[in-house]
Order: sequence, then C-alpha cells, then structure tokens
Amino acid sequence: MGLKALDYETMNENVKKVQYAVRGELYLRASELQKEGKKIIFTNVGNPQALGQKPLTFPRQVVALCQAPFLLDDPNVGLIFPADAIARAKHYLSLTSGGLGAYSDSRGIPGVRKEVAEFIERRDGYPSDPELIFLTDGASKGVMQILNCIIRGQGDGVLVPVPQYPLYSATISLFGGSLVPYYLEETANWGLDVNNLHESVAQARFKGITVRAMVIINPGNPTGQCLSEANLREILNFCYQENLVLLGDEVYQQNIYQDKRPFISSRKVLMDMGPPISKEVQLVSFHTVSKGYWGECGQRGGYFEMTNIPPKTVDEIYKIASISLSPNVPAQIFMGLMVNPLKPGDVSYDQFVRESKGILESLRRRARIMTDGFNSCKNVVCNFTEGAMYSFPQLRLPPKAIEAAKQAGKVPDVFYCLKLLEATGISTVPGSGFGQKEGVFHLRTTILPAEEDMPEIMSSFKKFNDEFMAQYEDNWNRSRM
Amino acid sequence: MAPQVTVDSINPKVIECQYAVRGEIVILAQKLQQEIQAKPEAYPFQEILYCNIGNPQSLGQKSITFFREVLALCDHPAILAKSETQALFSADSIERARKILDQIPGRATGAYSHSQGIKGLRDTIAAAIEARDGFPADPNDIFMTDGASPAVHMMMQLLIRSEKDGILCPIPQYPLYSASIALHGGSLVPYYLDEATGWVLEVSELKKQLQEAKSNGITVRALVVINPGNPTGQVLAEENQKAIVEFCKEEGLVLLADEVYQENVYVPEKKFHSFKKVARSMGYGEKDIHLVSFQSVSKGYYGECGKRGGYMEVTGFGADVREHIYKLASVNLCSNITGQILASLVMSPPKVGDKSYESYIAERDGILSSLARRAKTLEDAFNKLEGITCNKAEGAMYLFPRINLPKKAIKAAEEVKTAPDLFYCRRLLNETGIVFVPGSGFGQVPGTWHFRCTILPQEEKIPAIVTRLTDFHKRFMDEFRD
Repeated sequence: MGLKALDYETMNENVKKVQYAVRGELYLRASELQKEGKKIIFTNVGNPQALGQKPLTFPRQVVALCQAPFLLDDPNVGLIFPADAIARAKHYLSLTSGGLGAYSDSRGIPGVRKEVAEFIERRDGYPSDPELIFLTDGASKGVMQILNCIIRGQGDGVLVPVPQYPLYSATISLFGGSLVPYYLEETANWGLDVNNLHESVAQARFKGITVRAMVIINPGNPTGQCLSEANLREILNFCYQENLVLLGDEVYQQNIYQDKRPFISSRKVLMDMGPPISKEVQLVSFHTVSKGYWGECGQRGGYFEMTNIPPKTVDEIYKIASISLSPNVPAQIFMGLMVNPLKPGDVSYDQFVRESKGILESLRRRARIMTDGFNSCKNVVCNFTEGAMYSFPQLRLPPKAIEAAKQAGKVPDVFYCLKLLEATGISTVPGSGFGQKEGVFHLRTTILPAEEDMPEIMSSFKKFNDEFMAQYEDNWNRSRM
Repeated sequence: MAPQVTVDSINPKVIECQYAVRGEIVILAQKLQQEIQAKPEAYPFQEILYCNIGNPQSLGQKSITFFREVLALCDHPAILAKSETQALFSADSIERARKILDQIPGRATGAYSHSQGIKGLRDTIAAAIEARDGFPADPNDIFMTDGASPAVHMMMQLLIRSEKDGILCPIPQYPLYSASIALHGGSLVPYYLDEATGWVLEVSELKKQLQEAKSNGITVRALVVINPGNPTGQVLAEENQKAIVEFCKEEGLVLLADEVYQENVYVPEKKFHSFKKVARSMGYGEKDIHLVSFQSVSKGYYGECGKRGGYMEVTGFGADVREHIYKLASVNLCSNITGQILASLVMSPPKVGDKSYESYIAERDGILSSLARRAKTLEDAFNKLEGITCNKAEGAMYLFPRINLPKKAIKAAEEVKTAPDLFYCRRLLNETGIVFVPGSGFGQVPGTWHFRCTILPQEEKIPAIVTRLTDFHKRFMDEFRD
C-alpha cells in the first residue's frame, strides 16, 4: 500500500487532543473486568435506567402507540393502553408530517417546539419563541453545534467551570478553541466567585485569547451546586460587561435535593433584570430528556433555546442543523411529553405523579446517603449534592499514595479509582477527568445505584478507602505493592 | 457594544457550507405553503409537492409493519406480560422484541448503551453483513450512529487537518459531503461522473483529478463513492468497483463507501455489491485497504428517516486510529436506541418460515416495485420535455434530468442575479407548487444545468405532477425559446 492515508500520525491533531474521561480509562478497565466475570457497579455516567430506574409508564405508552399507529385502529387497543395515552399519541402523530418515520423540520416538529415554548413561559413567566427553539439528538449535539459556531480558532476562548462535565473540554479541543478555566470554590460549597471570573478572563486576554462565551452548568456537574439568584445576576452582569455569550447547561433542572436554592433559569433572571441587559446579553439554554426524573438517556432527546441571537445567525445555525436533516422523532415526542405533562383529572395522572415523586424523593435520599457515607470515610471530604446526579468527594491522598501512583505511571486519582475498581467493582471517574485545583484530588460517582444497594456500596467503599489510606500512611516498606 | 455572536463573528466555515436539499428553494416552498393555508386563492395550485428530499414516509409511504411492531414492544416492554398483547401483535414480533430486550443490559431501552451501539445488535448486523457478502464481519468494526450522516462527519473530522487535505467527491454528489468538508475546513476534490454514458465512474478521471490536486499542493486522503448514486442513481458494475478498490489501494486512500441505497436497485441487469465484498473477493484484507462503509435505516424500502438510525463499518485501520474513533463516538455517549434496534431489524428482517414473512415480503416488494415504476414513469416524462434529457434511475430515489436552457432564459436568470437552474426551479415552484432542487446544489459540469427530483410522491399523484410539469415547461419554453 502507498502512503497510509489515515494512521495516528496523519490524523486530525484536534481529535488526538480530545479527552472524555466519562467513558475513558476507568470505564474501559471496568468493562474488561466485567467481561472476565467480575460484578461491576457502573457509577461512571448519569445513566439512571442502567441502574434499575424504571422508565415512566405514560411516555412509553404514548411513544409505543406512535411507533405502531395500526394499534390505534384496533378496537381492543383500550385493553392495554389507557385513553389519555391513546389521545396523546394521536395528538403527536397529527403534529408530524408522516409519523415517526419521516424527517421532521430540521429544527424539530413545530408543534413540539411550541409546547417547549409554552413550558418555558409557564416556568419563567416570560414568553418564549418556538422559532428560537431547536430540538436536537440529545443536549450534547446542541452544545457541539453552538460551540462550532462560536469557535473560529485557537484564539477564541470559552470560559468553562472547573470542575466541569468534559463534553465542554472535549468539544473545545475538537474544534480547536481554547478552554479558559474558572475555578469553583470547593470550600464555599462549589460556589462561583465573580472575582475568579475576572481573573480568568484577564489571564486569557493577557495570552491574546478573545474570550467569547461562558459556560455555566446549573445544577452543576460534577459538583451539584445550585446557583442562587444573586449568583445568576452576577454572572449575567459579568457577561454583559465582558460581552460574552452565556451557555446555560440546565439539563439537571428537575434534580434539586434541597429547598434553599430552587432552580431558577438563566433566562428568567435575565428577563427579570430588564433592559438593556435583557435585550443584549446573548444566551443559549440547554435541556434534555436524559436527566431529571425521566432518565431517558437512550432516546437522545434535547433542545436549545436562543435569546438575543440575531436572525441571520439563527439562519446559519438552522442551515447547519439541516445538514443532519432532523433530530430523531421519537425523542421529540418524549420532549413534548416532558414539557407538556399530564394534568390532574387525566386517567394516568396519579400513576405519573406517583412514579415521578418516587424517583425524585429517592434521589434526594440517595444524595444524602452518599454524602454522609463519603464524609464518614478517612481522608474523604464531600460537599452535599444539592442537585444533579453526582457526588464529587475530595480524596486527601497521603504523599506516599501519590508517590505510588507516580511509580505506577498513573495520575493519583486514576490510581486510586483503579484500585477501588479492582477491590470493590465500583466504577467511578477520577476527578482529573473533570478538572480540579492542582494537587487536589476527587472522584465522581453517581447517586444512581438502587437505594437498597446503597448501604452495601457505601460500606464497601469505606472498607476499601480506610484500608487504602491506612496503607499509605504506614511505613513504605510494609506496603503491599 | 456589538453582540459577541453575529454572522460577522461566527465560525466562517459555518457561513461557507451549503446544503441545498433543505436550502433556498425549500424555504421558499414552506413560505408558499403558509401563504396558501392563509389564502387558498392566491396561487393556481392547492398543495406544495415536495420532490426535494428523500423522505418517503412524509409522502405517504407506509412503514414495514413487522419493524414497527418490534419497536413498539421494545418501547413499552411492560405489555409483553399482558395476554391481550398476543392478539395485537404478531407472534414473531413478540419473539424478536424479547430477543432484542435480552441483548440490552437490564432490558433498559432508556439507558445509554455502549458507545458503538448495543453489542448484541452489532452481532446481528455483523452476521447479516457476512450473509450478504460471503465474507466475515466483526461487530467491533461497527459504530452505530444517529443516521449515516453523523458517521460521515466523524470520518471527515478524523481525516481533515487543514484546507490542504482533500477528499475526492463525485460530481454530482449528495451535498452532505461538500457541506461536511467545508465545515471541517478541508478541500473538496471533484471527480466528474460521465452523464453521456449513464453517469459512469471512470478510474482515469479519478487519476486525473488526483494528479491535479497533488500539483496544487493538496494531499488527497479519501475517495467518496455513493453506490447506488445520489442524485444520479447509477449502480456500479462490479468490474468498475474492482478498479476503484485497486485505485484506493495503490494510492493509499480511504474508501468512504456510501451504501445507504443498497436496497434500492430497480434494474434487473444491475445488482448491489458492497465494496467490502468486492475488496475481499480481490483478496484484499485489513492490511490492504482502509474502507468505511455507511448504511442507514432512512432509505431502502423501510424509509425510516425520522428514526435516525445507521452505522459505519470500519476496516483496515490500526488500533490507535480505532481508539480515537471510539473516543469521538463516546463524547456523544451513544446513538439513539430505537435507531439501533431498527438498524438490526433492517439488516435481518423476517425470514422464510417466519410468521410475518409473507406480509413483510408483500409490503417490501410492493414498495420496491412501486418505486421502480415511478422511476420509469418520471424518467419517460422528463425525456418527453423539450430540451430535457434524463438518465435512467437504476437505483436510489432520484432523477437528475439535464435541462438545456435557452440563451434567453439564462440571460433572464442573470438579470435577477440567479443561477439559471434555480431560476427554472423557482418559476416551477411558483407556478405549480412542485419543489425540485437545482443541480447547482449537487454540482454539475460547468455550463450544464440540472435539477433533482425524487421518485417518492405517491403513485396516484404522479400523473398530476407530470401534467403540471409538462404544461409549465411548455409555457417556459414558449417564453424563452431562442
């Protein structure tokens, strides 16, 4: 063969730079061990239904009926599907232009986008324009589309929280931009200090980077903190002053486990702040059917809503969306159902509320169980999971452990997590996959394992951890390495 | 302060790329549609006839019952336990749904799967590829994606380092390729299909274009072949495919084989052969040729565009490259599960002896024979029009007639600063409601004009379309004849 067209050397450099720890080294090792027969508890990714969470019944009934519309003609369909599911299926089918098998409008089915707009209006108290709402195959695709528009080259920087969900770092690498980190304050419950923002921007500009956008993840991933209204105002003011597009990742807006800071959308706060800010700050908000109490990750359903983005730019974004033709239609229906839920009086309402509440209350309990469990471990300090689906405990690794990691050619938290995996089967993601302050280590786990499995998981973790910590605080020669 | 994100400040590659299939003419059509809904008397026609996009089910094509039965059961497995379900669903669809659910960890269809797709489904697909081609396929070579398009984007992302990297593309081509290359900052290196001989792909043309690109400082990395062709519909002869494989092997190019229309072949003298089969039959294996084959659930006789299901089969790359392909796939976590299930169904439909086999075959053959009839009817209709010649659609879903526009028409188009083929298509839309995509959206030999028309409107609508088109064309030629 002549010159190899595609090998490691000739591959796009940006692809090489991409890292995505959520399905990286630890996950691959866990999968290997699983193949060898070891029982693995996958807590590496926010994937509720993989850990036993049941799908909500009503949406599945509706989509099944949409999938097989011949059922709707069958006189016996009422024996296995409730009337409101049948009605809803007919409603969504009427909004499509040919059922689930036809490409929809590239922005998503207009009727569903209208339902999303109505949801946003009910939630925030301000009208939303369906023409500025685009449905996507998962929120991740939407994030990638928007970042692809913003990033022209290395000289363009995007402010990203540290720690962050590594979709952002991976995408910025892929598109050849610059990640501008701003540190969340662990000791202040992962709070966001505007001074950190100013510092980060100043440093970036000093290096010649044009900072173009700022990402906030609210509730946070992996950190779980819920931003206060005051914090959001500060952020919006900051974006106004520094002329940044705000990218509001709000996929966990249903996952709130404390009552002091309920979810408030960036858009609501922006509108509350009134002109000129409300008319000038550019905002893109993201949501999904993968999280919340729906957990329908496998559907790949999401949307983004644009605020104050000029019409010609919207046209360009539409053009890019059209190249992929359309987002998948079943997920669009899930999105419609999520934003346009059942009402009291609907036949399936009680069951729906029971299922939803059950999931949310259990998540709240598990957030507490995990936080407390981690805090009871030696050298482990864990902020409470205020929201989202993760716990991000800090591991105070003894110097000897760090040395052992170096010897093994591993980053310290990777070293710890691999040992945890081998000892207990718990598959986590090392904090280095999300970013952390120099010399501070964490791991991310989800709060998703079934509630009845939690006590055993936490005690298994504690046993491993306390032994690990003891081992590396001991004399080096007695190490079992 | 000027807003941060405006057309002047966004990624210029976004501005540069074009996608005519849902471009200007379609946006115009949608506006017209709204106008007609508001004021039905405003136009001499009552409905827009979308012949712009390969979207069969939006024009009335029915889905394959068995596939939808299985999908519905997988969407709501709780009903498998109910006795009434036996009455509503075919026995083999229940069995297949059970089998598929057993292959999904925890039977959780709402969970993110393995980033390449559910292993059991990939096993099914690999086995089907092997049955189709007679050569083994490895499930680890399969990457399931939300339609074939994201897989194409992934490969362009890997291959294109700068504008100095070129990708050989057929002209005319499906504009996903030109758009993707522009978006990723590469260079499209055109190779012309020969209209006079039924859109034949000459290897001598490939060699010529490769040389020219090299002399312009472009490193050509890959060759895109669409077989059956889009928009051209030609089905490559096996000998032709062998020469293409040989060319890629010699030049060390990645062969990107878009095979999404593999089930759409309408002429008895041609047959679909996958490039993988051809390469393996020549004795070329993993060490000889980089080959990526794309398949989709959107076309064929299943036409499930809205499900966004597809896969690429990646062979001939080292472990280090494959690692990065996996990594890219993992950033998006996985493709949608319904699409994955459907891809496995499409590749392994009911077999002889299965309860649903007879009805499945009837549905399938009904659709395929109808497509073949419509392809012929429209081809004949176009060839009857003054100044229009139309090659046969041997496969795929389109016709790509050539129109010899009179000088007067070209001048009129220039006066309104419009490409002549767009000028014709706009007039056609405004006077008849028919939506064709101008040939410039696909590429054509400079100075020639075409438009792409799908063969998808329902059979009973075709006579009306032909009449309207014929009447319009006569009026147009009367106005602009030299």
